[in-house]
Amino acid sequence: MDRLLSIIAGVSLLLIAVVLLNIRRAHIRVEYSVSWLGAAVSMLALSQSPWLLTQLGHLIGVNNQPIALLLVVGALFLIVFFRFSVIISELKDANIALTQKVAILEYQINALHEKPQAPSRK
Amino acid sequence: MILIPAFNEEGAIATVIGELRQRHPELPILVVDDCSADGTRTVALEAGADVISVPYHLGLGGCVQAGYRLAFDLGFQYVIRLDGDGQHDPAYVGLIRDTLRTSGAQMVIGSRYVNGDGKHTSVARGIGIVFFRWFLALILRKEVHDPTSGFVGVNREALEVFARSFPLEYPEIEALVVLQRLTFRFEEVPVKMRARMAGVSTITAVRSFYYVLHVLLGVLVNILKYQGSKRRI
Repeated sequence: MDRLLSIIAGVSLLLIAVVLLNIRRAHIRVEYSVSWLGAAVSMLALSQSPWLLTQLGHLIGVNNQPIALLLVVGALFLIVFFRFSVIISELKDANIALTQKVAILEYQINALHEKPQAPSRK
Repeated sequence: MILIPAFNEEGAIATVIGELRQRHPELPILVVDDCSADGTRTVALEAGADVISVPYHLGLGGCVQAGYRLAFDLGFQYVIRLDGDGQHDPAYVGLIRDTLRTSGAQMVIGSRYVNGDGKHTSVARGIGIVFFRWFLALILRKEVHDPTSGFVGVNREALEVFARSFPLEYPEIEALVVLQRLTFRFEEVPVKMRARMAGVSTITAVRSFYYVLHVLLGVLVNILKYQGSKRRI
């Protein structure tokens, strides 16, 4: 149990360090680092507070602390992944719209240069 | 307007455009080149079509939507979409346009199974068509003989909807569900499909399973999609 808590605490600290380092190097935007930092801080808090972990275990109906901890960690990462799926979907939609707009604008600019009129409306 | 989404269709696109110009010289032809690696854009331009080229490969839905957006911005009343591989015979463009004008339907589908012979369909696609025909009959409460046909015409009402939002991958079936949710109507007219003049189908046997899952999920999402406080079904 103690070893598991230590490993989780170590992973949390490592995650916080990696995220902060990447923010500093501008590899991750601050707004997208919040989810990771939130998950890492939550993991750290749970691993360092047996009382909190016990309360959480009672709340979700799991008396075994390591299993409760792993469940919570898994849930945290699922939330983070879901949040990024939403963000990626939004970015893809925006990317497609921009791509279409660029193609249409390029066509219209070429049409202005090459032809005096756009296609007639039929 | 005629809309032709094209991806690596340099082997067939000139013939398709040539046939269209011969039969319907009055209709502007817009090819949407989906970032082809071959000379599709050049060949289409030389054949006399207008061409828009998207900067990266969007897939069929994104490519068609780009064409719909431009057509809507330019004020077109009707857009007829056909494939650039020569499977869709331009001889039926007039029938689709006339049906759009006279029937009041927002979409007209060129169907190979309404008085047609259904030839030039792979086994995998044929099975998919039968399955989705049954599936869509449950949802739409109307039989669709050829739900995967890309030979479709839309009027300005449907054009406005599709210019705003259009399914990205395998869009034909999802598009029908979108129209049904808006209480729009569609009609099918009989057409005969030809063998593709060049290239290979994007829907292979291996991808059919993914296709079915993707379309089922897309249909489900469209059924559940919330559209403000008032649903128009």
